[in-house]
Amino acid sequence: MSWLLALPIVVPFLTAVLAFLTRQSPLGRWISVAGSAVLLFASITLMNTVLRDGVIAGQMGGWAAPFGITLVADLLSAVMVLITAIVAVAVSIYAIADVDEGMERLGYHALFNMLIAGVVGAFITGDLFNLYVWFEVMLIASFGLLVLGGRPEQIDGGVKYVALNLVSTIMFLTGIGLLYGMTGTLNMADLATAVDDADQRLLTIVAVLFMIAFGVKAAVFPLFFWLPASYHTPAFSVSAVFAGLLTKVGVYALLRMFTLVFDHDTAFTHTILLWVAGLTMVVGVLGAAAQSDMRKILSFHIVSQIGYMILGLALLTPLAIVGAVFYLVHHIVVKANLFLIAGVAQRIAGGTELSRIGGLYKSAPLLAVLFVVPAFSLAGFPPLSGFWAKFLLVKAALDVQGWIIAGIALAVGLLTIYSMTKIWAQAFWEPHPDGIEPKLSSLSSRDRAAMLIPIAGLAVLTVIIGVMPEPFVQFAEASAAQLLDPTAYITAVLGEQP
Amino acid sequence: MEFLFAITVGVMVSAAVYLMLSNNLLRFIFGLVLISNAANLTIFVSGRLTDGAPPLIPEGADAPLVDVANALPQALVLTAIVIGFGLFAFAIVLVFRAWTTLNSLTPDDMRLAEPEEAQK
Repeated sequence: MSWLLALPIVVPFLTAVLAFLTRQSPLGRWISVAGSAVLLFASITLMNTVLRDGVIAGQMGGWAAPFGITLVADLLSAVMVLITAIVAVAVSIYAIADVDEGMERLGYHALFNMLIAGVVGAFITGDLFNLYVWFEVMLIASFGLLVLGGRPEQIDGGVKYVALNLVSTIMFLTGIGLLYGMTGTLNMADLATAVDDADQRLLTIVAVLFMIAFGVKAAVFPLFFWLPASYHTPAFSVSAVFAGLLTKVGVYALLRMFTLVFDHDTAFTHTILLWVAGLTMVVGVLGAAAQSDMRKILSFHIVSQIGYMILGLALLTPLAIVGAVFYLVHHIVVKANLFLIAGVAQRIAGGTELSRIGGLYKSAPLLAVLFVVPAFSLAGFPPLSGFWAKFLLVKAALDVQGWIIAGIALAVGLLTIYSMTKIWAQAFWEPHPDGIEPKLSSLSSRDRAAMLIPIAGLAVLTVIIGVMPEPFVQFAEASAAQLLDPTAYITAVLGEQP
Repeated sequence: MEFLFAITVGVMVSAAVYLMLSNNLLRFIFGLVLISNAANLTIFVSGRLTDGAPPLIPEGADAPLVDVANALPQALVLTAIVIGFGLFAFAIVLVFRAWTTLNSLTPDDMRLAEPEEAQK
């Protein structure tokens, strides 16, 4: 069983090595696409196994849990790995058109696949220190990708990104040290029971340390400032994969730790999370309203959407967790897609600054249709995926008489529509200020295919989730049940407990 | 012994925070190095300190016969140091690059990616 768990980590890792060796030739990009396809296959296999057998766990290096490093996949891990693989395939195809040879020679494909390896590792590990290691793998690869090309804005954004993420890393490390000192274990399943014997007040302090560490990664208020400072600077395929995956690793870590380990004082920790969720939603969406660049608007919307997922975690009812899981999956698809579309707009209309582009609706109607799907899904229009995600969360909030937070969630949805229509009106409807007609046919046929196929694929996925939400909601329900009652998770890792 | 280490960690963290709050990127990096070492010490101490008891298992036995030092925190700290080394190497090069391209080490002057007034 353990090879099945290790495979989604090993595949991108090997791909990265191969892509590094072939970075001087155009072969690298095809290796990257092939590697992502194999990863997709591996993650589908993993998902099938988890659906069939329940939570699966494997001990690396032959040391039994809780002493060795455990890899474990429950439904949430499996779906996160699967969605990561889907984004990896989409972005690696898109990169054929988006990433120039200069960046390839500097090792873009190697860094990209290393990033994917780190993300998958973080989703699949069952050991806290190992989670730290995967965070670092992800972080160092993202540093490289962010400043690759070395334009001054990238360096500028990179400094802020690196600085704040390193602070978060150290918080995480300190938290790990203190938790180990209190419980003597770092295995997450073992921690779930071991924390019961620890000093509960001290445990709350450690919980807050973890909340800050993961909060920086997830870009929640008031820790999100690195995100809008940097996400609009690198290549479009880079910001798409960052937007889709990186912050979600933080959300995943919060979701995992605050349902499995830190559920001892929910009145305190989850109340903080509720405030954080509300403020994140509001500040993010207001920040977006003030921006006039497509990528900056989208960056602030990442922040605001993270608030919804944290809201699900903060409410901690079964329905709320269902909403959070559903939101997580839907948002990765939609957000990565919007950044990919911004990349096409930049290529054919000459920028992402809204006042300097226009006319896309008239001259590139296909792109307009492809934009409408994720944009309206993000805003929560039925019947797209975002509607069901928001519906579940608002329903969960109303169920516990959270009138105010439900109101905030709805109002933020409304403001999201404002931002999306702003992009729509200025980039698509208004004529181009320079009078040119941005046409998709100005791209070479190879670039056109490489850019539009992943966008169309992700858009179709958004529509499928939206039109047929039933299986996805059922899946999210099963996954939420596993999160709220971690017995299966603990048993899979440690064996039957007396 | 743990008490002494705890005080040391506290002093290191406060010095690090002082450095990190200054308006100079290089000082920020120095603060970061210092605080990461404080975090490493925290992990080291949380494994409890035992004097003069190397974690060696005598030949023929399956487990150490007497109370020995906890070897795990050392493995963790070693990993953290190696990772930290890589990250700081990158961070220092990035700061150097920022200095050569942006001609400044003051974060307040770094407004290229986020101009103060959105240019219309």
